[in-house]
Amino acid sequence: MGLNIVACIKQTPATTSIQLDAATGKIITQGLTYGINPLDEYALEEALRIKERVPGSWVAVLTLGRPQASDALREALARGADSAYHLSDEAFVGSDTYGTSYLLAQGIKKIQTEKSANIDIVLCAKQTNDGDSGQVGPAIAVWLGWPNVAYVRKIQDINAQTIRVERTMEDGTDVLEMDLPALLSVVKEINEPRLPSLKGKMASKKAVIPTWKAADIGADASKIGEAGSLTKIWKRQTPPVRTGGVRIEGATAEEKAVKFVEKIKELKLL
Amino acid sequence: METNELTQYKGVWCCAEVRRGALVAAIFELLHAGRKLADQLGEPLCAVLVGNGVKKWTNDLIEAGAEKVYVLDHPALENFVDETHAQALAVAIRQAKPSVFLVSASTAGRSLASRLGVTLNTGAGADVSELSVETLVNGTTNAQVCAVRSTHGGNLFASIVFPKARPIVISVRPMAFPRAEKIAGKTGEIIDIALNPSEWKVRTKFVQFMPEENADLDIGSADKIVAAGRGLGKAEGFGMVRAFAKILGAAVGASRAAVDAGWITYRHQVGLTGRTVRPKLYIALGISGQVQHLAGMGQSETIVAINKDPDCPLMKVASLSVEADLYEFIPLVIEKLKQQKN
Ligand SMILES: Cc1cc2nc3c(=O)[nH]c(=O)nc-3n(C[C@H](O)[C@H](O)[C@H](O)COP(=O)(O)OP(=O)(O)OC[C@H]3O[C@@H](n4cnc5c(N)ncnc54)[C@H](O)[C@@H]3O)c2cc1C
Ligand SMILES: Nc1ncnc2c1ncn2[C@@H]1O[C@H](COP(=O)(O)O)[C@@H](O)[C@H]1O
Repeated sequence: MGLNIVACIKQTPATTSIQLDAATGKIITQGLTYGINPLDEYALEEALRIKERVPGSWVAVLTLGRPQASDALREALARGADSAYHLSDEAFVGSDTYGTSYLLAQGIKKIQTEKSANIDIVLCAKQTNDGDSGQVGPAIAVWLGWPNVAYVRKIQDINAQTIRVERTMEDGTDVLEMDLPALLSVVKEINEPRLPSLKGKMASKKAVIPTWKAADIGADASKIGEAGSLTKIWKRQTPPVRTGGVRIEGATAEEKAVKFVEKIKELKLL
Repeated sequence: METNELTQYKGVWCCAEVRRGALVAAIFELLHAGRKLADQLGEPLCAVLVGNGVKKWTNDLIEAGAEKVYVLDHPALENFVDETHAQALAVAIRQAKPSVFLVSASTAGRSLASRLGVTLNTGAGADVSELSVETLVNGTTNAQVCAVRSTHGGNLFASIVFPKARPIVISVRPMAFPRAEKIAGKTGEIIDIALNPSEWKVRTKFVQFMPEENADLDIGSADKIVAAGRGLGKAEGFGMVRAFAKILGAAVGASRAAVDAGWITYRHQVGLTGRTVRPKLYIALGISGQVQHLAGMGQSETIVAINKDPDCPLMKVASLSVEADLYEFIPLVIEKLKQQKN
């Protein structure tokens, strides 16, 4: 018996250099290029590795995002995912992590119905490079009523009933075992993502990706969108620009070392 | 929640975690941040002590400013298990109804805050670096807790408010606040919360802890970091980096290039796909300062760059920069620092 796996991937700006519109305070999206959130590549890769490890498994990728986010799903299909699902609806725009995690959980349930099969594992990554919150993974687990472990750096063992994982902690590594179904959020250390194959790329172009709106996944309108969010962004600001400071000059390394030590002493950093 | 329901929630709670037999020191940062909020809101500052056999720390929390200490003491809380801790805290929160719940944005805290948010149907803010009480948000005049957090790898800051539900759950970025000072002899109230984990749905088993072999200081809670990159050229170079860090009392960080080369473990990686740090002093040796690296350390108070290339990005943003070969320069600096100490 194989395992049924969902990897949650988000399409995010390929750069973190973001500008704000001075008049509206909103992010300028014009000219931004998008790709799979870098860390989500590791979540996808780990899903593919579980599939290779446990015969009979399949991997579905799920995203919530604007219509163009289907590009991220096609990229995931090219890398080896078996199917892809896209949650996209004007009503989803502006959802905070509470609403986003709720919608993704509803999407996961819908995949179960579609496939007439239970999902065993959901994989997310530690965090996105735009929201930087790291909250969506554990939150999905609560909506589904599942256990979760975050900051997973290794899957030690997996079978049809349980999974044993290593979690990176500040002072070392925790080993935990969970009954399936379960959700993992992974860190970069877990694997090295593969590149899409040419064959995969060709196939992904033709793949049919179901797009689901609020009604398709039975979403409760009171929990989603800007209106449903429990947190509100009051304002956004760019941090003060750092301009270069003092350059330590000197004819020799010796001279520079002396000045350098004086300087950090002066700054009370010793 | 209706407004009258919101106002029933009172008290600023700071989560005091006990792990591997010690009180996690980040609680003192939370008590500092919480004190200001509590005073501005006119509510009590409380600590919630979580772990196994934790009673002995109640006094430390009271002397650091907690007026009340809620105690969640149970063998099931010996190690951090996401679902168990979230359920234990949900029990206490439902019982005592605080208005704000602060937890350190550590590996454990970030998962915990997120689970609690959905469990309690309330808003959660992650990795918050500034907290205040504002009275002029979007035209409203009632006092609101405002949390500032960085997004897009530190290139934007978002101020968020929580108008709809309580408690406000916030994970607080390590090192963003100073530690609360000790007020010897202060007294406070201790409240035991009864827990029945056997009634909970727990499907996670803690198996074991494997301590990091190299007992380095952790970069997440260090106020000084010496980081090295590809410019180091070889794994052995970290011997010199460690010696330099030791003299300064600093933790050791690395760029992704150094981690990918296998010179040091991932735990030490600073940046977009590594960890975000904000020490008082960040010294970068042989790191060019690509945006993905800057995303993880750009908010440090003082940045020092030591590099052969005077024009690389890190040399341009550094508060202090030295154009030098690190293998020539660092041994000289170590020598000077040693002389200073004697
Ligand atoms: C999606 C994505 C995520 C990423 N995430 C991260 C991340 O989290 N963290 C991260 O760090 N990077 C990350 N990167 C990689 C990043 O783009 C850079 O490749 C990396 O930071 C470069 O590391 P470096 O500065 O050590 O190496 P280099 O860029 O090669 O710089 C080496 C520097 O050493 C100097 N040097 C060489 N020899 C000496 C000497 N003897 N003395 C003094 N100076 C010397 C050189 O002048 C140069 O400036 C990411 C990249 C991508 C695409
Ligand atoms: N819109 C989304 N679509 C699919 N997955 C998402 C989305 N947002 C977040 N995730 C998943 O949740 C993880 C954490 O996201 P965040 O809480 O935004 O940092 C990501 O790495 C993804 O795995």
